[in-house]
Amino acid sequence: MSEINERIRDGSVRVVTAEEMPDLVDELGTVGAVREVDVVTTGTFGAMCSSGVFLNTGHSDPPIKISKAWLNNVEAYGGIAAVDLFLGATQPSEDRGNEYGGAHVMEDLIMGREVELRAQGAVTDCYPRFDLETTLRLEDFNQATMVNPRNSYERYAAAANSTDRTMHTYMGTLLPRYGNVSYSGAGALSPIPNDPDFEYIGVGTRIFLCGAQGFIVGSGTQHLPQEGFSTLMVKGDLKEMNNEFLRAATFQDYGPSLYVGLGVPIPVLNERIAKKTAVRDREIVTEIVDYGVPRRGRPTVRKVNYEQLYSGFVEIDGNEVKTSALSSRHVARKVARALGDSIKKGEFLLSASVEPIPSVGKSSPMKQTKEFLLVGDVMSPKVVTVREEISIKEAAQMIIGGTFDHLPVVSAEEKLIGMVTAWDISKAVASDKTSHISDMMTRKVFIASPDEPLELAARKLDHHKISALPVVDKDHHVIGMVTSDHVSRLYGRRRSL
Amino acid sequence: MKLMLHVAPGIVRKPIVSSVILETKSLINIERAKVDAVSGEIVIDVDPEKCSMVKAAFEEKGVRVVLLGNPIIKDENECIHCGACISICPTGTFHFEGSEVVADAGKCVQCGTCVTACPQRALKLVLK
Repeated sequence: MSEINERIRDGSVRVVTAEEMPDLVDELGTVGAVREVDVVTTGTFGAMCSSGVFLNTGHSDPPIKISKAWLNNVEAYGGIAAVDLFLGATQPSEDRGNEYGGAHVMEDLIMGREVELRAQGAVTDCYPRFDLETTLRLEDFNQATMVNPRNSYERYAAAANSTDRTMHTYMGTLLPRYGNVSYSGAGALSPIPNDPDFEYIGVGTRIFLCGAQGFIVGSGTQHLPQEGFSTLMVKGDLKEMNNEFLRAATFQDYGPSLYVGLGVPIPVLNERIAKKTAVRDREIVTEIVDYGVPRRGRPTVRKVNYEQLYSGFVEIDGNEVKTSALSSRHVARKVARALGDSIKKGEFLLSASVEPIPSVGKSSPMKQTKEFLLVGDVMSPKVVTVREEISIKEAAQMIIGGTFDHLPVVSAEEKLIGMVTAWDISKAVASDKTSHISDMMTRKVFIASPDEPLELAARKLDHHKISALPVVDKDHHVIGMVTSDHVSRLYGRRRSL
Repeated sequence: MKLMLHVAPGIVRKPIVSSVILETKSLINIERAKVDAVSGEIVIDVDPEKCSMVKAAFEEKGVRVVLLGNPIIKDENECIHCGACISICPTGTFHFEGSEVVADAGKCVQCGTCVTACPQRALKLVLK
């Protein structure tokens, strides 16, 4: 590696991008590639929510121990010493909501704009001040150090949506009934797929981070190399970053996020590395998962590789479904090229790692110790159901005599086929047009299952602006009813604790 | 060519589109329609040759007609060419040329799906 750094210094270094490498290795073989290429540059530019910046404001007079702080009305964490703050990329602003957040503050700072700092102090003998307001630019901070706990995913699951409604997620807009597929990652240009066993990448590796020279701190949170989901924790100086490679974003109905441009140079030290840096998009396989299932274990729709994703279409259930990316391949290429240029100019030297990245990691589900209510725990199990042959008068009598304003309608096999509400009956009586339940019942009924978390049923009630959901078992038999009353009673109780 | 029809309260219940089709003998493709009790907003696609005739026929019936020449604007300083707009557009307005996203504005029906889907807020509908 010192030989390569020597060639970087004297300007004779030979650099290619990770996209150029596969054809080169095909042509020259790994032996030839080791001889002809010194460094392969990688790059990625995508939404990396797990990003943030440590800001040191310097001490005020009289001094303050900041307990809470806001930058342009975006809260930054103040529980670190007196004047160190941590501003997270996804923190939304208190006045502009999702359209402005921590990421936007970072962007404003590197664009040279002023930001308003507002802080509350924990008043002590040594820090007597209780609040302050001031206006700061990036140069006014002593340090502005970006530290991103989880960046540069090796690959990422693509997203689709099986439900009947459009979803707005951190994976973008997902159209109903598998109307599109949204994916993230830079495929074969991405850093980790070019060194998946961390032969070169390690603690202390110098990287390109948003236009600045940064470093790999270590493995990122949720680092899971054994399943092909390695991540990196990185740091860099915000003061040296460039807006071309750092962009604030807003995902509709999700919130702010930060697009981070990250590139790692990989020295072609041996044939093994040459072979690995020759990876192609089609060799990087990920999954399309269904975001329509609002549980942690989202089901996999199919496996897919990045070449297929980049092609613009993938097949799901026999249909051609359009794909599009959230990461920018265009800017990822610019990252790889900009990194290559600074190496060729002798400005960027490679660094040996001081410690390897672990080859085994952990990303387990959360241990949940507090109660986790299911629909089955709170539903009313006694539900009167009716057959569609009954008259409106009979239905009205049943509603008056029962506890709900809703009557689930069932077939001869006791399966749910519709629903009638007190409102439907009033409407029918007022218009005097229909005489039977079958003419007026809602056939498309939103349902709940007993093992569904109550929070999800509550969201369903809210989304569809309805007040009750029949609870059905696997055979579509009505076994209960969950209503907005259940939800509000429970919420009231919890609040009063 | 795409035309945006603004149908005023007084005439929204009348079969205006059918009347214009019969009158002008043009094929009219309704790309998007939002009609409520008091007004309507309809985007139609017509043969460029018959465009002015169709436009005149609607206007004669009291409909305000706007030609959607450049219905959507992409701010090139904001666009990062991710492509989030591509798969969600119902009419295929956006596509990649190399690694850059380009818009074929003639296909846009101003549904606005891309405006909210763009993470960089780089897309804006031209005011109608």
